Parts: sequence; C-alpha cells; structure tokens
Amino acid sequence: MAKTGILIEIENNTVKDTSLGVMTAAAGQEIYALVLGQDAAVVKDKLAEYGASHIVSITASGDLSSSPDLQSQALAAAVTEYNFETLLGTASATGRDLFARLAAILDQPLVSDCVQVNIAEKKVRKSHFSGKTFATLKVNGSVLLCTIRPNSIEPVAAPTAGELIEFVADVADPGLIKIVETKKAGADKLDLTEAPVIITGGRAIKAAENYKMLEDCAQKLGAAVGASRAAVDAGYAPHSMQVGQTGKTVSPKLYIACGVSGAVQHFAGMKTSKVIVAINEDKDAPIFSKCDYGIVGDIFDVVPLLTEKL
Amino acid sequence: MKICVCVKHVPDTAATIKLAGDNGFEDSEIKFVPNPYDEYGIEEAVSLVEKQGGEVVIVTVGKATAVTTIRGAMSMGAHRAILIKTDSQFLDASLTARALKAAMDQDGLPDMIFTGKGSVDTESFQTQYRLAKSFNMPIVNEVSTLTIDSGKAIAEREIGGGEKQVIEMSLPCVIGVTKGLNEPRYPKFQDIMKAKKKEIREMDLSELGIDVSQGKTMIEKLEPVPERSGATMLEGSVDDQVTELVRILKEDEKVL
Ligand SMILES: Cc1cc2nc3c(=O)[nH]c(=O)nc-3n(C[C@H](O)[C@H](O)[C@H](O)COP(=O)(O)OP(=O)(O)OC[C@H]3O[C@@H](n4cnc5c(N)ncnc54)[C@H](O)[C@@H]3O)c2cc1C
Repeated sequence: MAKTGILIEIENNTVKDTSLGVMTAAAGQEIYALVLGQDAAVVKDKLAEYGASHIVSITASGDLSSSPDLQSQALAAAVTEYNFETLLGTASATGRDLFARLAAILDQPLVSDCVQVNIAEKKVRKSHFSGKTFATLKVNGSVLLCTIRPNSIEPVAAPTAGELIEFVADVADPGLIKIVETKKAGADKLDLTEAPVIITGGRAIKAAENYKMLEDCAQKLGAAVGASRAAVDAGYAPHSMQVGQTGKTVSPKLYIACGVSGAVQHFAGMKTSKVIVAINEDKDAPIFSKCDYGIVGDIFDVVPLLTEKL
Repeated sequence: MKICVCVKHVPDTAATIKLAGDNGFEDSEIKFVPNPYDEYGIEEAVSLVEKQGGEVVIVTVGKATAVTTIRGAMSMGAHRAILIKTDSQFLDASLTARALKAAMDQDGLPDMIFTGKGSVDTESFQTQYRLAKSFNMPIVNEVSTLTIDSGKAIAEREIGGGEKQVIEMSLPCVIGVTKGLNEPRYPKFQDIMKAKKKEIREMDLSELGIDVSQGKTMIEKLEPVPERSGATMLEGSVDDQVTELVRILKEDEKVL
C-alpha cells in the first residue's frame, strides 16, 4: 500500500464527484484526502465513505485562497510531511494549475489529464495528439504526480473509518502573483470539464438566443451546455463554452451534439465521452460515422421534443 | 523590451497519425505546424513590440525540421530564433524547460516569456511552469486577456464555468496563452520572404549540458484511441426516435 495523497475539490460544502473518482483511482492504497484551506470536518464522512483513512485539513498562517503559489507550497509541504509516494488531483482548471506549480517546486515528474493510473507500477495512460492516441507512460520520480481527467473514473464507495488531522504548513507566499479579482460567470453554471452530461450546439444553432433551447434541455439532463468553434467564432457563444482542441477537453458520461458536423478538432475535445449522441439534419454528416447513436432531423424539432420526454 | 516566445513544432491536428513500433510515429509524411496555442503568444509578443519597441526571439526545442515552424513564426514578425536540436519529438518536460532556460541564459534574459497553454501533441501542460520556476519568475497559464503597463502584467484566466481570475504580477514573467487573447495574423508574401533571411541560431541539447537519458517520464506505448464504428441510427417518426433514444440512454446505457 502506497501512501497516496488526493487533492480534494469542494464546492458549496460538498465534495465534487470528480474528486471521488480520483479517490477511486487510488483504491487499495493508503489514502490521505487533502483539503486545502477549507473546512474538512463537513466533508469528512463523505471522504471516509470513499476510502480516505486520513482526512487532512491543510492550513497556513496566510490565507491559502489568496495565491496558487501559496497553495502549491502548502501541498509540497504536505508531501514532505507525510512522505507521499503518489499525489493525485483532478485535471480541472485549478488542479492542472496547482499540480504544475507543485511539480516545478518538487522537481518531480507530472502527468496531466490521465485516464488511468497504475500506482504500483507507476504507469499511467493519457491522451496524446489531441485525442487521437493514448500513451502509456512509465514515470520514474520519487513522487508520482498525476491529474486525472474528470469523469474518466467512476466513483466507487470503499468505506473506512476516516481520521481527521490538522496540518499547518510552514510556508509563505513568495509574492510573485496576486489575484486582484474573481469575475463570476452570469449564472451558477456547471463547469463544462466536470459535467457528467453535456449538450452542445454547433453552427446550426444560428443565434445566441437559441442556446436557451439547449439550456432548457440541459436543466432536465443535469447537463452543461457546450459549443463548437464555428458557433463561438460566429459569436453565438463565449469561448468558455467551446469544446475541442482549442477549447475544453471533456469526457462526460453522455455527450449530445446538436448541429455539429464532427470535425477532428471538435472530436479532439470529446472523443473519450462514454456515450455520444448526434442530432443532425444531414444524414451524411461525418459525425454519424463516429458516434454511438444518431438522429437525422432538425435540432429545432428534436431538442424541444427531447426536453419534453426527459 | 525583449520577449522570448517558446514555440513547438507539432503535427497538424488534422493529420492522421500513423504509429510506428511501440512508441513512435511516422513523422516524415505528415504536415507539421507551429503549436496552435503558441501562435497566440507570437501574435501577442509581436504586437507588444510593435507598440513598445524591442525584439521578439523564438525559442524552439525540436528536430532540425522545426525550422519550417520557426520561419512561420518569423513571417508573423518575430526577429530572430534559437533552435535547440533534439532527435525525438518527445522530450521530458523537465528537460525541455531546462533546455529553454539554458538557451535564454546564453542569449540574455528576456523581459517576458510567452508559451502556449500546452502543446497539442504531448498535452503535458507543464513546461512553462518549470521554466518560470527555474527563473523564479511569476507564471500564469491559460491567459485569454492581457494588459502590460509600467512593468506590470495583468492577466485574466478562466477557472471553470466561465468564472475568471484577474492576476497581477511584475515583469519579467511567463505567460501561457490560449484562444481569445488575439487573432494571429496571416503573414503577407513579403513577410514570408523577409523571414527567410532572419537569423536562426542552432544549438544542441548536449551543448547545453542536457542528457536525454535523465528524463523521468518515458512513453512505453502509443496506441490509437479506438474509433467508434458508426452510429446506431434511430428510426421512425421524430417522436419515435426521441422516445427510443431516451429509453436507450436510461435502460441500456444507464447514463441518465
Ligand atoms: C487549429 C484548429 C483548431 C480548431 N479547434 C476547434 C475546437 O476547439 N472546437 C471545434 O468545435 N472546432 C475546432 N476547429 C474547427 C473545426 O475544424 C470545425 O470547423 C468546427 O468544429 C465546425 O463546427 P460545427 O460542426 O458547429 O459547424 P459545421 O461544420 O458548419 O457543421 C454544422 C452542422 O450542422 C448541421 N445542421 C445545420 N442546420 C441544422 C439544423 N437546423 N438541424 C440539424 N442539423 C443542422 C449541418 O448539417 C452540419 O453538419 C478547429 C480548427 C482548426 C484548424
């Protein structure tokens, strides 16, 4: 059993499902769930249910949320304190950033956005060439650092008696960067990269206001709404909604593409989704040759009907 | 102001990757391009220097064939380049960062370093962080809005769900860029001609004291991501198709 640290992400006092999946990736190891600068007590039971024998609340004398440099230093201090052989996190915007900072501090190898991890053999699998190939990497560091692609590992409960520990990291902010503002998005939108279901509108959506139709459907699905680059370039959606090689990489359980032709660069960002459904009026659209289920039809007929039947 | 832009020579994302052996690919027949994210960095650097004066230096770690990517960057307005030559497309990110630093140490320290947010071939998203750390410079990655003013950089990055962080830092700094920052220019014919005469300084990895065998990650195997063989097309009226789809998603696939 390797001592394994898992960086836990919490939202509204709840552990994100993606973090539970990361814990499952370390099943069978001695799991330390690491909670950075937030109240670990409220999530203790959940973390213990998914296999954390130790739940570590990490704080420092300064405000950890003020700087990613401070957070990554606190994580580095935890790695030293507990002698972790492995440290895993989610390949979310925050996780990717913190792990890269951490890897630079520790001067240890890092593999980003893994879909599979073999802790005992220090081998990981990840996408290469914009989703066209999988690479299996052998990592030879003293600590194995990996971020895991959200939703790529289904969370499985593995109850233990979790023990809550406090760790005060003796670190100071190097003062290189300062977060001066956080700009909230309009509504409390589900993050695309972490959403379990995504419904995407391509160029066929024709106008920004037509995304309302997808949002209505998304609400029933518990989904986030995405866009193709053609839709973003046409000004129908912001870039934060773009899926694909120059947008976000997503891997939901269900991906519904509405009026998307199926370009390789779009697929680069969603190919590893579990089930892909396409709705397109052109029966010869390339997307039908690389998805799981297809409906030939006008999205403006099909989507409202789907919303109704869900 | 001296700005270095780290640019990687990568297979065009539209190219079909033909695998060779356990962990290689055929690179002689496919088109290579500047890493798409890096182009936003080149554009940003060139337009900053156009406004404030200075020079843009492209720094590339890659095979000798990466010269085409470098010329492309030069035709967008970069002034000169350094090519650090390697034999393989895949170099451990720590070693790449060390090579970039060593070359910049020799060439003279920049006031700013741009990189893409990641490269589309290895998708490892970390070289820029390691480079920043080795210089002890501030770094912000995935930047889509940037202002440079009196020795300070103010960068915006998305942190998920459309939420954005505004981050301030002093120069020199490292900025990893992404789409949204600018529209990379299309070079004109005369810019392409001019680029052919610009200076490319070549170095070898070993000259910079870097030993490839010290890499801590090794690609053991490359395999194609399984392609779907084609969709099950639903049949009947639109109503029937949608009803059947909902049933499949709930009962067969269990994803709803
Ligand atoms: C370097 C590079 C990076 C790129 N990065 C990305 C990326 O990150 N993400 C991305 O998505 N693309 C990316 N692209 C662009 C990509 O190549 C495609 O151009 C783009 O994905 C097309 O978007 P689309 O499918 O929405 O539009 P189109 O290709 O125009 O397809 C629209 C589809 O909608 C169908 N349709 C139209 N009206 C209706 C209707 N009423 N009902 C049903 N169906 C309808 C049509 O039959 C068609 O198939 C990139 C390209 C390059 C060169």
